[in-house]
Amino acid sequence: MPKPFSRTRGRPRFPALIRLLQNPKLGLGGGFVLLLVIIAVFAPAIAPHDPLEQDLMASALPPFWLAGADPAHLLGTDDLGRDVLSRLIFGSRVALTVAVVAGVAAGTVGSLLGLLAGYFDGWTDIAVSRLIEIWMAFPAVLLSILIVAILGSGVGTVIVAIAIIDWTRFARVIRADTMANAQADYVVAARTLGFGRWTILFREILPNVMPGLIALLAMEMGIAVVIEAILSFVGLSVSSDTPTWGSMIASGRQIIYQAWWVFAAPLAAVFATVLAFNQLGDGLRRALDPVMRR
Amino acid sequence: MSLAAHPILEAIHLTKHFATPPGFLQRAKPPVQAVTDVSLAVRKGETLALVGESGSGKSTLGRLLLNLMPATSGDVLYDGRNLGNLSASALRQVRRDLQIIFQDPFASLNPRMSVEAIVGEPIWLHSTMSRADRRARVADLLKTVGLAPEQAGRYPHEFSGGQRQRIGIARALASEPRLILGDEPVSALDVSVQAQVVNLLEDLKHQFGLTLLIVAHGLGVIRHMSDRVAVMYLGEIVELAPVDALFETPLHPYTQALMTAVPVSHPGLRRPRAILSGEMPSPTAPPSGCRFHTRCPHGRPLCRDEKPVFERLDDDRHVACHFWKELANAGAGSLAPPPASAAYVTRLDLFKTAQATMESHP
Repeated sequence: MPKPFSRTRGRPRFPALIRLLQNPKLGLGGGFVLLLVIIAVFAPAIAPHDPLEQDLMASALPPFWLAGADPAHLLGTDDLGRDVLSRLIFGSRVALTVAVVAGVAAGTVGSLLGLLAGYFDGWTDIAVSRLIEIWMAFPAVLLSILIVAILGSGVGTVIVAIAIIDWTRFARVIRADTMANAQADYVVAARTLGFGRWTILFREILPNVMPGLIALLAMEMGIAVVIEAILSFVGLSVSSDTPTWGSMIASGRQIIYQAWWVFAAPLAAVFATVLAFNQLGDGLRRALDPVMRR
Repeated sequence: MSLAAHPILEAIHLTKHFATPPGFLQRAKPPVQAVTDVSLAVRKGETLALVGESGSGKSTLGRLLLNLMPATSGDVLYDGRNLGNLSASALRQVRRDLQIIFQDPFASLNPRMSVEAIVGEPIWLHSTMSRADRRARVADLLKTVGLAPEQAGRYPHEFSGGQRQRIGIARALASEPRLILGDEPVSALDVSVQAQVVNLLEDLKHQFGLTLLIVAHGLGVIRHMSDRVAVMYLGEIVELAPVDALFETPLHPYTQALMTAVPVSHPGLRRPRAILSGEMPSPTAPPSGCRFHTRCPHGRPLCRDEKPVFERLDDDRHVACHFWKELANAGAGSLAPPPASAAYVTRLDLFKTAQATMESHP
């Protein structure tokens, strides 16, 4: 009888917390997203002004570091005298709602189809794969305009449009990941033990594609922010009395030579949000993977 | 032998062809004939080895026997029951009895599950044990395979290859099986660790009264642990014999060739090799007649034209070769050391004299 290996290693008391702090991507990305969520939830309390309040006497005021700025409008005002900072803060509500709901919806639909296609080869795979190919050949902008035309504009429509367009991103990646895992010996081992196919798919394989799925989900949320901005830029998102980053970019574009900050501020917000979601995704993938964790 | 009458697992004219289905705009390719018309009985309590080159169909045969893939034709009998006709619930019961250990200890453990979850899974599936009982059982199993139970909370990547293989063995034992298929269980491990794992398997076999079916591509490990050996070539069994008989007098020219491929540590035992020339033919288009004739050093016209029968010599030996009687000792032959050369004897004497002188005058 061989001697038992007695090597044991001390474990930190709060491994999850320590891991989180050791991972700058997760900390910075997650921190910014958390901040954004707080801002969106408490927007009425945080915003210095009503985002819709117009003051034509104080139009196109510059941000605080430029000459002629009004300290009451930290980031200046737009051509109708609306406070840019307040509009930015309220704009985060639409952006985050769309990001989270559309991301989760696209992720759920796409991952389910990807799991099925990757695990049940044959007709299931052929059907899903061809569907993905056809779907991706369709121009995304045209498709979203079509969806808005059918359903009418609004946040709900934007969410539906993003989910309908972007599920293929998940389906392709998860399908490939599932296929690779389905070939692994541990799946054969599970079959030898007597597990059924569905149990194997959701109990054995799903946890292994989860890190990729979560990373993709975070990135998709960033993409959803961009798509929402594009749709409101072309006026297909929510009605004009709800401030969104996209509609701010659209109106700022017209006065870019007189008041560039009206254009730049929402652009910077979109940029920072997408970056934060991507970093969060990458950080989560590393933190969730027991192999990459070390 | 009375046990021979009651095989635990039996293959009857088992054939497996892997066909690539004709795809869109693609012509159907000829199927890969992985296993062709194999009949084989695994006796209760024995260790049966399946050996052959890669591509000989030995792994496929092993997985067919465990009903892990459907056979193209032929049957597998477990305790006399045809696995192909069993109901789903009966099959689940059979699954408990037939377990597998894999070659690659890195791919065979779910990287997202702790050792406790991996080893506890079969118990969770097949019994109604409480969580605490299950935990205790897992600790027991880990001890049985030589791992510390305190390591149960760790993940597979935190272990070495040999330790992972032990985890795989613990999982296989967890459902209290009667037969374990080792699919090249040690070929991915270091030589020193191989010995440990082989010894562990031997111990477990006696401790739990297991039947072992070992798939291997080399004969070295096999000699130590098996009772009988089936040699496979291109999807067919060419020789089946008790291990000692096979190593002493390999009958089939392919077995003889395999024997010469075993690394020999004693220089005096080394002899010229390279009996086999060329690659194994494609299993999509196996040669006519005897499948080995394209590479056989003793091939004759008859071998190309006519398929040799799988002949039964006595109770335990089978061979599929037209000319085995003539070839019996043509190849590797016995592994007894040849007489030492005169020069070697002289040198050894000189050395011994010198050593004796050194010891008497320190």
